[in-house]
Amino acid sequence: MDLLLEYREQLLAGLVTTVQLALASLVLSVTMGLLGAWAKLSASRAANAVAGAYTTVVRGVPDLVLIMLVFFGGQVTVNRIGAATGLWNYVEISQFAAGALTIGIIFGAYFTETFRGAILAIPRGQIEAGISTGMSGPLLFRRIIWPQMVRYALPGFGNNWLVQLKTTALVSVIGLQDLVYNAFAAGRSTGALFTFMAAAFVIYLALTAVSDLGLRALERRYSRGVARA
Amino acid sequence: MTDPALRVENIRKSFGDHEVLKGISMTAEKGDVVAILGASGSGKSTFLRCINLLETPTDGTVWLKGEEMRMTSHRGERRPVDHRQVERMRSKLAMVFQGFNLWSHMTVMENIIEGPVHVLGTPRREARDKAAALLAKVGLSDRAEYYPAHLSGGQQQRVAIARALAMEPDVMLFDEPTSALDPELVGEVLAVMRALADEGRTMLVVTHEMAFARDVSSKTVFLNKGEICEQGAPADLFRNPQTEQFQAFLSRMN
Ligand SMILES: Nc1ncnc2c1ncn2[C@@H]1O[C@H](COP(=O)(O)OP(=O)(O)OP(=O)(O)O)[C@@H](O)[C@H]1O
Ligand SMILES: [Mg+2]
Repeated sequence: MDLLLEYREQLLAGLVTTVQLALASLVLSVTMGLLGAWAKLSASRAANAVAGAYTTVVRGVPDLVLIMLVFFGGQVTVNRIGAATGLWNYVEISQFAAGALTIGIIFGAYFTETFRGAILAIPRGQIEAGISTGMSGPLLFRRIIWPQMVRYALPGFGNNWLVQLKTTALVSVIGLQDLVYNAFAAGRSTGALFTFMAAAFVIYLALTAVSDLGLRALERRYSRGVARA
Repeated sequence: MTDPALRVENIRKSFGDHEVLKGISMTAEKGDVVAILGASGSGKSTFLRCINLLETPTDGTVWLKGEEMRMTSHRGERRPVDHRQVERMRSKLAMVFQGFNLWSHMTVMENIIEGPVHVLGTPRREARDKAAALLAKVGLSDRAEYYPAHLSGGQQQRVAIARALAMEPDVMLFDEPTSALDPELVGEVLAVMRALADEGRTMLVVTHEMAFARDVSSKTVFLNKGEICEQGAPADLFRNPQTEQFQAFLSRMN
């Protein structure tokens, strides 16, 4: 316990990084997921093909490979493009940016499927009722599709999010000082690896529990009008 | 002479190489109730859906109170010139579906004021007052705060009719509004529709209710395989069917 107290700032800093990384990548992946679902359901063949390639590739390659590819390969590529076109000077991709980007893109593929299924679950007639009332596309999305889509997407969304939260631990491999990295470092330097890993274990559980509460609140909010047996 | 409430000219629709509508023309004057009859698959729903562009007709023109829905061809595909015109005209062409299609995440009241508030820009207060009056008219004043899932089919359809009326439409399109209902609930919906006909609403009603067509419609149209086979005043039509197809259809319905 004393050891943990002594290292609490390091653990706390790690926790903050983990949460920031998880939230940043969540925003990106939800955006990618909405775009992907839109592309998959669009009438355009080209959009279908791009979205199909995206989900197939991302889901077929290990997360760790993608993270290292983006972190080590991404920087080189970006700077080669910058040098060749003269559009930008040397840029450095931080570990945080590389991690958020990669995890966001990976989970965007899973959210694509979740959102696509959720949109398809909305009874077609309710969408037609909106169209025949004279709703424009954006209005229809905001008033009819979005609220119902969220309801159908929430269970899958919750699963994705919990896996995504845990996946952030992988960025410790590229040296980002997240919860795992800092716990491991503290454990190694004090020789009390078990204590620190147990602490990390408990903190992840707590994050999961908080997520669960949030998800349940969302579920209550978006289940308006659902017939309860 | 004033323009008819609705005029359609030579509406055609093909799905792939299957031609479902083969050139349908008709006119509904203000206050007309047009009953549209026909066997399953004759194209009745497709025809109604072509009028408000839920389906894009392969050919043909729709005028609402003299305003033409402007269409153009783009790489062999027909599409509207101006989607804002389409949206505006749709808001004046209310549709009532066989499956009700109420928005399940909204209460009865919210369903009714949704179009007025968000499409027409009516102030919420005013929309609510009007909705309350419409609910009284369809006999559901005590259900304003219910969700659709907690209403019977007949009640849902009456809400759907109130929702359509809230748009103050020029023409109402009904696609078999009673076909999904238990027999004992059909009467309450038909009663509301009769009342609308009596107050001079212009309505196109696809129906299998022969009594409604005979007693309420001002004009009855019989569709067969995507074409108008017979049309006229219901009294003449029902007493004196001219074609074999309509005779056969009538004998099947009775
Ligand atoms: N989206 C579609 N794609 C392909 N074919 C379609 C489509 N919609 C309708 N059809 C076909 O068009 C024909 C007419 O269908 P429609 O639904 O208009 O008939 P209906 O007269 O309304 O029949 P019912 O009394 O069963 O409702 C049918 O053969 C149907 O299979
Ligand atoms: Mg039909």
